[in-house]
Amino acid sequence: MRNMRMPMARRRAMAVVAAVLLAGGVAACGNSDTGSGNDGGGDDKLVLGFSQVGAESGWRTANTNSIKEAAAEAGIELKFDDAQQKQENQIKAIRNYIQQKVDVIAFSPVVESGWDTVLKEAKDAGIPVILTDRAVDSADKSLYKTFLGSDFVKEGRLSGEWLVENKKDATGDVNIVELQGTTGSAPANDRKKGFAEAIAADPKLKVIASQSGDFTRAGGKQVMEQFLKAHPKIDVLFAHNDDMGLGALEAITAAGKEPGKDITIITIDAVKDGMQALADGKFNFIAECSPLLGPQLMDLAKKVKAGEEVPPRIETEETTFTQEQAKEALPNRKY
Amino acid sequence: MSDAGHRFRTLLGHRLFWPVAVLVVMLAANTVYRPGFLAVEINNGHLYGTPIDILRLSAPLILVALGMTLVISTGGIDLSVGSTCAISGAIACLYISRAPDQNNLGTVLTALAMALGVALVLGAWNGVLVSVIGIQPIIATLILMVAGRGLAQLIAEGQIITINSGPYRAIGLGHLLTLPLAIFIALAAALLVAAFTRRTALGMIVESVGGNREASRLAGIRSGRVVFLVYVVSAACAAIAGFMMTANVSSADGNNTGLWVELDAILAVVIGGTSLAGGRFYLSGTIVGALIIQTLTTTVYAMNISPQTALLFKAVVVIAVCLIQAPAFRARFRRRRPGTPPPPQSSPQRQKEQVPA
Repeated sequence: MRNMRMPMARRRAMAVVAAVLLAGGVAACGNSDTGSGNDGGGDDKLVLGFSQVGAESGWRTANTNSIKEAAAEAGIELKFDDAQQKQENQIKAIRNYIQQKVDVIAFSPVVESGWDTVLKEAKDAGIPVILTDRAVDSADKSLYKTFLGSDFVKEGRLSGEWLVENKKDATGDVNIVELQGTTGSAPANDRKKGFAEAIAADPKLKVIASQSGDFTRAGGKQVMEQFLKAHPKIDVLFAHNDDMGLGALEAITAAGKEPGKDITIITIDAVKDGMQALADGKFNFIAECSPLLGPQLMDLAKKVKAGEEVPPRIETEETTFTQEQAKEALPNRKY
Repeated sequence: MSDAGHRFRTLLGHRLFWPVAVLVVMLAANTVYRPGFLAVEINNGHLYGTPIDILRLSAPLILVALGMTLVISTGGIDLSVGSTCAISGAIACLYISRAPDQNNLGTVLTALAMALGVALVLGAWNGVLVSVIGIQPIIATLILMVAGRGLAQLIAEGQIITINSGPYRAIGLGHLLTLPLAIFIALAAALLVAAFTRRTALGMIVESVGGNREASRLAGIRSGRVVFLVYVVSAACAAIAGFMMTANVSSADGNNTGLWVELDAILAVVIGGTSLAGGRFYLSGTIVGALIIQTLTTTVYAMNISPQTALLFKAVVVIAVCLIQAPAFRARFRRRRPGTPPPPQSSPQRQKEQVPA
């Protein structure tokens, strides 16, 4: 009995504290508006609790660094937790943030489902939640304020549109092979969908083979080796991320073909190694999937804390690169 | 005629017959689907074709599975080999990437020695946990399986380390006598392990420890030392496999290098006829098992089986292989066919062969 009552009482107490804090927070924001110079000091600093998926790739590391740097720059106190790809770690971290009474919670969900309970706890405690990079499938949209992240369908579509434009003068069929990401993952599904929609505009563009390379270099290479042997005429390679494209480069060279010339290569992400390949003329086009959402996240955190309305879906600021643009952008690339 | 029939039955009873038959059937099915599947041509002075790809890509799995065979033979299991691959690959690539001249042979050899040294320490850690402290092997190696991934990421600082080193690349992609160098490395390791276990009493000692550790100890075998040793050998094999995996793509990815290779290796060992309960082990069977697993993966890509159904396809083939391998299953199938009673003189012989399997 005691065990059951304890959390209830604690939660109620927390809600009261959170409400007081929220009111205080609004006031603090008012203060900093009048004197924006002293953002950095004092106890009225906005506290953001952030739970990261893990550190599984260079992309993710850049994402983490961007958030840490942007928080320091914006004078926001960041409580950071690495969930190491486990949902239970992430739920634990979010509960911790609720107990620590942070002002705003942000996280990149490891998986899409199973968040309702913990998000409800945050809502009851009056702490606004921002999702970054990945979405959750909760039916109750009021559980979080907004979702900040890339539009994977758009990335696929931009890649496809560039290809349609690039091959508009080609005669005969254009044979495309596709290296998909991890089967069933949102980026793989959405990029495939966007790309297919865009190339449907030109009937001579045909996807002749599509396999999963698991978003890894080794996977991309192994699949491409078989594509090259099974299909003598491959004109275009569309890889769902840079790493698979980089792995495929070796397979293409080993088959005696020249990547970027004999086979047009389109990838997504724009990590440094990928940009280098693009600048070297081995890739032909990259649609960016930017991890640098730190500044946008800090802006949002300030807005939701101040009680401002924010749109439920915000896209990361992203662009695309051709070979010339890659040469220009490469020296300033952060990741 | 009865002599030929007898020989055929002996062949059927050979423990390598069914795995090899499965491999041949898979290759044949691929050739039917695409006649050029087995074609091999000369490209840039070395052999090029799907069979060569299968050999090259199965080399790391063969290595890992060799070590796993010995571990399983002692009644243990090593779940940490995938993480060991990632750690050794990350250390080697990190050292090379920091070196002023990545193409220097001395640099690469130093990197390999360092990474191998760390792997041996990791193997010794597993060995101590299992043989000295007496933790269950599956738990003891699970520690390193989980912690090792983190360690590999720590070494690589969460990045994919890309290198540009000719000598290192050769481990994964070099050629010797027109064939991939990786195959020769795997073959050399297999011969070395075979020589040590089959030309000396070591193999028998390992098997006896797997059969009954306490009885072996009472018979005068230092069981603890043997168990310790197989985990060190397993880690060394995994380290070399890690070099191959990272050299194959000239980059070390702490998250994905050798991911789930421990499960493939265990499967290869089981397909090869070694029992998970320990005891008798079959190195040649393990190698065929590894080739089957790689051929299966390549088949998925070559036949362009959609990724959504690929896992199901693999599972069905693996179940079929395991059933065909099981003497009890085959015996049941055989009894249902009327009119072919086995000749009396060969039946006790076959029974004798079935006991170890």
